[in-house]
Amino acid sequence: MAMKELTYAQAINEAMCEEMERDQDVFMMGEDIAEYCGAFGVSRGMLEKFGKERIMNTPIAEQSYVGAAIGAAMAGMRPIVELMFSDFMCVCFDELVNEAPKMRFMFGGKVKVPMVMRTAAGAGTGAAAQHSQSLEACLTHFPGLKVVVPSTPYDAKGLLKTAIRDDNPVMFLEQKTLYRTKGMVPEEEYTIPLGMADVKREGSDLSIITYGRMVQMSLQAAEELEKDGIHVEVVDLRSLLPLDTDAIIHSVKKTHRALIVHEAVQFGGFGGEIAGQIADSEAFYYLDAPIRRLGALSCPIPFNPNLEKATFPTVEKIVAQAKSLM
Amino acid sequence: MTDKKKDTQQPASKELMMTMWRNMNLARNFEERVQWLFSKGLVHGTTHLGIGEEATAAGTIAATKPDDYVFGTHRGHSQAIAKGINVKYMMAEILARETGVCKGKGGSMHIADPDIHYFGADGILGASAVMSVGTALAIKKRKEPDRISLVFFGDGTSNEGATWEAMNLAAVWNLPVLFVCVNNTYGMSTPIADAMKDTDISKRAYPFDMPARSIDGNNVLEVYNTIKEAREYVAGGNGPMLVVENTYRISGHSKSDGNLYRTKEEINAWKEKCPIKAFRKYLTENGFFTEEELDAVAKQAAEEIEAAEEFAKNSPEPSVDDLLNDVYA
Repeated sequence: MAMKELTYAQAINEAMCEEMERDQDVFMMGEDIAEYCGAFGVSRGMLEKFGKERIMNTPIAEQSYVGAAIGAAMAGMRPIVELMFSDFMCVCFDELVNEAPKMRFMFGGKVKVPMVMRTAAGAGTGAAAQHSQSLEACLTHFPGLKVVVPSTPYDAKGLLKTAIRDDNPVMFLEQKTLYRTKGMVPEEEYTIPLGMADVKREGSDLSIITYGRMVQMSLQAAEELEKDGIHVEVVDLRSLLPLDTDAIIHSVKKTHRALIVHEAVQFGGFGGEIAGQIADSEAFYYLDAPIRRLGALSCPIPFNPNLEKATFPTVEKIVAQAKSLM
Repeated sequence: MTDKKKDTQQPASKELMMTMWRNMNLARNFEERVQWLFSKGLVHGTTHLGIGEEATAAGTIAATKPDDYVFGTHRGHSQAIAKGINVKYMMAEILARETGVCKGKGGSMHIADPDIHYFGADGILGASAVMSVGTALAIKKRKEPDRISLVFFGDGTSNEGATWEAMNLAAVWNLPVLFVCVNNTYGMSTPIADAMKDTDISKRAYPFDMPARSIDGNNVLEVYNTIKEAREYVAGGNGPMLVVENTYRISGHSKSDGNLYRTKEEINAWKEKCPIKAFRKYLTENGFFTEEELDAVAKQAAEEIEAAEEFAKNSPEPSVDDLLNDVYA
């Protein structure tokens, strides 16, 4: 298969462009996405390609355009909303929690809400407490939503195309520190189903179950651990809702050890759900060590770079936690 | 202004006036029946009645077209009826039956029927306004001629940030949204004067450069004529408009309402201004219909609600096997 190198941001851009060319009902709304191309430059070139009728700058009023996306979706369109920072979802939480995921159920299955909300999540950019959070855990708590967190350009493109074609509201949590990272992507069209984890590295001694920005760090940690003869498997969940529990259980049964890594605050984080899934399954009987979680400390994200770094999992912290389980 | 006032008192066609009469009676009968069923402990959960507000729904919807998207309020039984929902399935929903319009999964607060473009009641105030901007956006994108989005909301909801955001977006994108504020004088128990500095809600259109009208919401013809004109304006590509229909909720807010915030005298005074009584007087005094003709239709409406109650009571409860269906498409 012919491949090309793209950044994570370019892969997302390509997915949107291909889907907008394929389907006239797809359009995009968000703050400063047209001439400015979005705060992270993801929609570069799209205004020229599709015009301002389909690449729509919105007022800084999140409830209005997220609500409008829901209404447009109920009327049969397929809106993509870009929410500049995932922290801003708190401003339109009603639309994301009480409206989009519940309309179909409340109305007895008579309506669909096919929309994607793309947003930039995560820390590491010095953006401090209100522009750096990873809020995915709370989103997985709302049946009716789907929650996707891609870790590579390949996954981002394939998952986003599927999300746009999905008939349900999908939260697509892009990792802002990954936007400029590069990866190989097929020249030909492809899609990746939601709810299918990807084993990014095979191993026999320990499973690191992770997603998003922590996938690359976990792979680096696995390289380090390999030097000590510890063969680590890295399972990238890719989508949290639906969740590929079979892949988690299969991996833990194989390695007998589970380390869960995410960037979000560890307490009350999605790692608790993953640990619960393992403990509830037959994988429990295969465990040779306690299930371990590694997430961020329980504090708002600080501005100072040293403090910020101290808040999150790092390669060193992952290596240390892995060794403590051996 | 005097000319405008005269215009809004113009009679509609006899057929339309009969439709409005029928819908107002259906709504009154429906809600009085729900109130009775509630008092007998036969209704699970809660329900919000709008007895006394029937002219706002009947007059407004009579001036729309069947393809128009309509978003109702949580006090929206009369709106659903006027839009054309089948009262059998709505009563079955109130009684939480499988045959309910939402299969018993929504209840009174989420009555909807997307098949007739009624996107329903919503339990969160302000949300319908922003979603109605979205259906209007779809209309504009698809260049659908002579179609609009209409959203009902209350005086309380006029204070919600989402409502203001919706008006701004509809205005700046020049979308066909007709904002219809049913001002029933109280937000639950709080009189509007305690919730807003200036109680003339129509002024809230000014910053968005929208035209606005404030009218007697108990006069069904005034409602009909105003909305007809407003709909023409909105459908004509001129952007959104706001109409404030001033009325009064005779029934309590919900089952927990002890009417501690208002006097019997006040309620009784508004009962005298009942929109159904007023319409009857107009239709008979002007020779459009006889008392007997109106009584016959009112009786039919009562019978229809009785039949709906029987249908609902004889319908099965939803199966637990169906619980997880409809979470995802």
